[in-house]
Amino acid sequence: MIFQQLINGLMLGANYSLVAIGYTLIFGVLGLLHFAHGEVLMAGAFMGFYIILWTDLPLYITLPLTMIATGALGIIIDLLAIRPLRKDFHLAPLLSTIGVTIILQNLAVKLFGGYGTRFPDAIKDYHFKIGSLFISSINILTLGISIFLMIALYFFISKTKIGKAMRAVSESHLTAGLLGVNVDWIVLLTFGIASALAGASGVMIGLAFHAISPFIGLTFALKGLVVMLLGGLGNVLGAMIGGLILGMAEVLAIVVLPTEINLQDIFSFGIMILILIFRPTGLFGTRITQG
Amino acid sequence: MILNIRNVAKQFNGFHALSNIGVDVAEGKIHAIIGPNGAGKTTLFNLISGVYDLTEGEIRFKDVVINQLKPHLRAKLGIGRTFQIVRLFGLMSVLENVMIGTHCKTRAGLLKTFLRFSRKELTEEKATRENATRWLEFVGLAHKADQTASNLPHAEQRLVEIARALALDPELILLDEPAAGMNLNETLKLDALISKINQMGKAILLIEHNMELVMEISHVITVLNFGMKIAEGVSSEIQNNPKVIEAYLGRKK
Amino acid sequence: MDYLISVATIAGIYIIMAMSFYLPFMTGQISLGQAGFMAIGAYGSAVCSVKFGIPYVPAILIGGSVAGIVGFFVGIPALRIKGIYLLLLTLGFGEIIRVVFINVEYIGAAAGFPGIPYQDHSLLYSYIMVFILIIFFSRLRKSRMGRAFHAVGSDEDAAEVIGVNITSVKLIAFSTGGFIAGIGGGIFAHYQEYIEPLMFDVMHSVEFIVFTIFGGIQIFWGPMFGAFVLTMIPEFLRVIQEWRMELFGALLIIMMILRPQGVIGLDTIQGLKKVSSRILGRGLS
Ligand SMILES: Nc1ncnc2c1ncn2[C@@H]1O[C@H](COP(=O)(O)OP(=O)(O)OP(=O)(O)O)[C@@H](O)[C@H]1O
Ligand SMILES: [Mg+2]
Repeated sequence: MIFQQLINGLMLGANYSLVAIGYTLIFGVLGLLHFAHGEVLMAGAFMGFYIILWTDLPLYITLPLTMIATGALGIIIDLLAIRPLRKDFHLAPLLSTIGVTIILQNLAVKLFGGYGTRFPDAIKDYHFKIGSLFISSINILTLGISIFLMIALYFFISKTKIGKAMRAVSESHLTAGLLGVNVDWIVLLTFGIASALAGASGVMIGLAFHAISPFIGLTFALKGLVVMLLGGLGNVLGAMIGGLILGMAEVLAIVVLPTEINLQDIFSFGIMILILIFRPTGLFGTRITQG
Repeated sequence: MILNIRNVAKQFNGFHALSNIGVDVAEGKIHAIIGPNGAGKTTLFNLISGVYDLTEGEIRFKDVVINQLKPHLRAKLGIGRTFQIVRLFGLMSVLENVMIGTHCKTRAGLLKTFLRFSRKELTEEKATRENATRWLEFVGLAHKADQTASNLPHAEQRLVEIARALALDPELILLDEPAAGMNLNETLKLDALISKINQMGKAILLIEHNMELVMEISHVITVLNFGMKIAEGVSSEIQNNPKVIEAYLGRKK
Repeated sequence: MDYLISVATIAGIYIIMAMSFYLPFMTGQISLGQAGFMAIGAYGSAVCSVKFGIPYVPAILIGGSVAGIVGFFVGIPALRIKGIYLLLLTLGFGEIIRVVFINVEYIGAAAGFPGIPYQDHSLLYSYIMVFILIIFFSRLRKSRMGRAFHAVGSDEDAAEVIGVNITSVKLIAFSTGGFIAGIGGGIFAHYQEYIEPLMFDVMHSVEFIVFTIFGGIQIFWGPMFGAFVLTMIPEFLRVIQEWRMELFGALLIIMMILRPQGVIGLDTIQGLKKVSSRILGRGLS
């Protein structure tokens, strides 16, 4: 029972991680809270939905296609809503990404309706039995994909030239510029990568929960924020581990705490507040200092 | 002695910005702190006014140990200061900027502001305004009282900052490079102004790179270099001190 | 006519909410939790009316005070953190309040709290509160505390060194903001007759920020204007009714690009003064 819940927790947590990585990457390079990030995830879920519905393509094509599409969406957001802003007004990016959120959410309600939509089963869900445990193949698969994406991202950031440029930009735009890094391009790329990950997460959430709605963005966005904080702002590895921790902690809280009360959300926001009060640099420290 | 700095040290992540500093400032004197860039002068000011906590040592003001006190309480005790880079409240008027200087000596709270129960709050507001106007006149900027602070020329902003510090009627005032960015004429006026403040009986701790100004008006000069005190004395002693000459010639120019 | 009154009432309540955000904002504290304080005021005053039969005005004042007290305690951890951290803290607080209300049977839990006595004169009461706020904020601008608020908002460290007790200034601003939001919530509850936790989710806190920053942050007329206009206009643009939210989002982005300080700035006020003095042919000041 506990073990089964742990798998569920890991699956949930891996999705939190994917969202949080996006937040943390963008916070790293731009120092801003990308408010519309959750809506990019939601957009990804619906894109995946329609690709599967219309083309019946297999998951290993649907997923990359969705990632490319949401990546493009992220890039458009940067070009239209972030880049034209003047640098001297620090709240402008927050407000303008709120504008993006409002647009995307309302468009989604118009296009897809305000209620939940059943997500097609792109792959067969086998429940295999190990001893007394039932384990869903979808859960294992989404967990596997998420972890694969995270490892790939980690290598990209730590080993490739572009990844190094990204880290340089998140240290200081000025220095990175002087070193010959094209800062604007790196920021654009970061939006692309962050949004692609959110898109992947959208599809996997659809698969795992079998339903999506225009409002799933906010739920996962809030969890992503908690995880970003847990891992330390701007800390990618921290976001990965933080997501898994939160996912498991939430699932365990359901097992351990009385079921008649919905304490799951209090639990994660409570963690967030405790961290803010006692350890604002997160569990693993930030690379970007507070400001 | 109005201010006693004893064995004070300050480290930033292991970097020794100040080590073993002892400085005494006498009542009613102009005491200059000089030294090359990065010597630790501003850091010393920040320790006195409470922007940073010190790593070691003790600071007493009027025989009260102040290095545990919050910055606003130090101001209330009578320490005013200006900043090396002007820090006015840009969107407020010049007069309002100076009026803030008396914040810790006045009382009106939020509720009373709103309800205006008694004449008392109005009288207090009026007194604050008059006091601020007086100090603006003192620095020669009364005619600019209603202008937005950030619209003033740089030299005048420095003067507003001095007026703001004076509004609190401090016994000790810390001036961090007040002449920076001023032309000769403005510097001369500032020179006179500092002497005038001093004549009112206020002690002045002055950081300044303009040596002529320093030599002319200060009673005592302390020289810092690499976070250490290397000399102290009257201007003639300092001018001829080989260590000081080396510190300046060895590093700058 | 009824429709007009209902929109105007909601606009009045939203003005109150925008001002509740603006007060701590003046001291540099950005709160994403104002809907949480609104919820406390709404539920608090509803409990007073429904469970204890306390009359309207005292019930609303009690609700506001409870929100103010909670604001004080949330304000304490808020003292040490800034920027995105403070956003997250207040967001977490607002969500926790909401989830707590979802779980408390006494006030109807997720099903909501029905049967709150309807206040006929909600329009009147909301604009009385707006009027009080106008007086408050215009006096604040020319008062000791108001200057301190501005000083702390523009340069906290400098303000502290020249003698402003930033701890007390920030706490006062934050808890007074909570109080104002609580009053807004109380008026809201007695106008809607029914409240549920969903009415106070984080998107509403976001809305109050949007009102404020869209309207302008340099002077208190900005958030008042923003809340009023952004509530009223979409209701009347029937032609574009269907796409109004999308337009609203686009407008917000364009605003941030072209005029991030908001519609009403100090320049607007000065310009208005000039124009009016020219029209009247004499100097108004
Ligand atoms: N907050 C800080 N964190 C880290 N190092 C600091 C900090 N403040 C000052 N320093 C370092 O301490 C040293 C002394 O700085 P300080 O500003 O006191 O010099 P100064 O004598 O005022 O120089 P200047 O004439 O250029 O104003 C410098 O090397 C500076 O880099
Ligand atoms: Mg200096």
